[in-house]
Amino acid sequence: MTTPLVEMKNISIHFGGIKAVDDVSIDLQPGEVVGLLGHNGAGKSTLIKILSGAYRATDGEIRVAGTPVTIDSPRDARTHGIETIYQTLALADNLDAAGNIFLGREIMTPWGTLDDGAMEQAARQVMKRLNPNFVRFKEPVRNLSGGQRQSVAIARALQFNARILIMDEPCAALGPQETRQVGDLVKRLKAEGIGIFLISHDLHDVFDLSDRVTVMKNGRVVGTCTTDSVSKDDVLGMIILGKLPSQLSSRDRELLQ
Amino acid sequence: MDTASDTGLVVERRGIGGFFDALELDTRLVAMLAALAVIWVGFDVITGGIFLTPRNLWNLSVQTSVVGILATGMVLVIVARHIDLSVGSVLGFLSMVVAVLQVQYFPLGASWNWIVTVLCGLALGFCIGSFQGWWIAYRGVPAFIVTLGGLLVFRGLAWWVTYGTTVAPLDQTFQLLGGGINGSIGATWTWVVGLAGIAAMAFRTVTRRRRRAAMGFPVRALWAEIVVFAVLAAAIVGFVLVMNAYTRPRTDQSQGIPIPVLILIGVVLAMSWLVRSTRFGRYVWAIGGNPEAALLAGINVRRITLFIFGLVGLLAGLAGSVQTARLNAGASSTGELLELSVIAAAVIGGTSLGGGAGTISGAVLGALIMQSLQSGMVLVALPTPMQNIVIGAVLVVAVWLDNVYQRRRR
Repeated sequence: MTTPLVEMKNISIHFGGIKAVDDVSIDLQPGEVVGLLGHNGAGKSTLIKILSGAYRATDGEIRVAGTPVTIDSPRDARTHGIETIYQTLALADNLDAAGNIFLGREIMTPWGTLDDGAMEQAARQVMKRLNPNFVRFKEPVRNLSGGQRQSVAIARALQFNARILIMDEPCAALGPQETRQVGDLVKRLKAEGIGIFLISHDLHDVFDLSDRVTVMKNGRVVGTCTTDSVSKDDVLGMIILGKLPSQLSSRDRELLQ
Repeated sequence: MDTASDTGLVVERRGIGGFFDALELDTRLVAMLAALAVIWVGFDVITGGIFLTPRNLWNLSVQTSVVGILATGMVLVIVARHIDLSVGSVLGFLSMVVAVLQVQYFPLGASWNWIVTVLCGLALGFCIGSFQGWWIAYRGVPAFIVTLGGLLVFRGLAWWVTYGTTVAPLDQTFQLLGGGINGSIGATWTWVVGLAGIAAMAFRTVTRRRRRAAMGFPVRALWAEIVVFAVLAAAIVGFVLVMNAYTRPRTDQSQGIPIPVLILIGVVLAMSWLVRSTRFGRYVWAIGGNPEAALLAGINVRRITLFIFGLVGLLAGLAGSVQTARLNAGASSTGELLELSVIAAAVIGGTSLGGGAGTISGAVLGALIMQSLQSGMVLVALPTPMQNIVIGAVLVVAVWLDNVYQRRRR
């Protein structure tokens, strides 16, 4: 196996006395899509927020391309090429598309002022790739449709050459056509060698896109399987029962160790 | 202005609607200008032509400057979902400090005296504001509570400085900051300022247009650009003419722009630049739009919050100096209830209490509207309690109208 893009080893986080994530290890290869599944409250969003810098792990180690790193803030995560598209999209509704795409990473003029022209130009370019029909660059994103807002959030992640992309419930607020668009995008990014974590409580959203799925329950990993060795029903059983299906191949059992 | 449909296509309107669409104006600003025009003409008719005289408008501009200066800072506070109830008291305290330093500690009459005392006021204001901001940002006490405390504390301290004694008279040069008889820049310099403003506006319009065209972005129609420019230039010329038409008592010397108004203009330019062209300004709006998104984008929300309040403190130092100079005295009651006028000006000027929306120019227009109402009511000799009733009602109705307008737009 090649060096994983990212490894999270024995990660735990406590909020007061509650263990939201308890001794969890996951990893991601270049060009691989890993689905992270589980009920609401299973700990998947918390785990991923540790990787994206929103929370700090109580215990455990994160390695990016084999090197141990500390991720104390969203800024740290971004310097390691980790970009996150949050379920809520995390857009400032009163800013326009370019303002959101470059939020926290503005392009500045040599005089240290905001270079809105350059940012709008870059935004137009990246949006052309994602959503060629998009023309409403001068409007606050509040006025955009769900799909358009989603494109802005994705554009923000792509603008900065992400190597590791985290998508939290990417299809939760989308119609069938937009869900398909997200699916196409995932395949395209995967082909570019980007590693993607897809987080969802809905198996059907991610199963067909994922190479592997990891199921979590009550803050722990139930199991990780390659999607071509299990059926949707097996994974559904893992999500609901919190147990591995009995007919798992030995290779998958090995992966769990 | 937003006639774009949800499919992403821009629908072009024709006729009068299309005319206004092409101008790409801020509708809210236009509505406020219309309201201001109604108030001015209304009072002029009622008072039999006293309201729209150079003398009254000149005084109105001076009276607007203190509230206007503070309102530009209050916009940032409210946009970032906070409130500052302490500005009036902080201004009162700083006003006392400036006066006492000037008269009792530094040699009165020294040429450097007024500069040093004003700088002390600004620095102390920044510290006080930052201290309150620290409680809000790093200690998690709601801004409402911190600044409510500040309202009491600093009013108390203002009294404490001299045990309530008024300090007067102040430095001769310092008094010019407040306007007064000699506190304006005369006809020639007023023209220089006005023409420089027009030239700067022309330069900005042309370079902006060139840059957008060079990058292949859509630009405003040329005729629309010219119309907007002509209207703004005419407004500046009109302002210059009015300011110059008011003469010093018993002479035919033009007053020109009063120094406090010049200060206000400088503050508006500086704050607009801060809001539009710096990271700080962008982050304040982002925090107001979605605080969580701002955090996730790696913005140091706490530091920005602290700095917002520091900035308001600094402006309180400046506005306090202007007010003190105008009164030619430091009194511990200076700026009482001023926070309410300032908040009202910002809100009437389109700053949303929900956060994330507001403009500097809107807040100053709001201050001008408030001051016009007040000054007009004084001219028609409305009793003070009646004035309060009108101002209170106007505030509520203005915010209600704004809500209705916002809901229609979506």
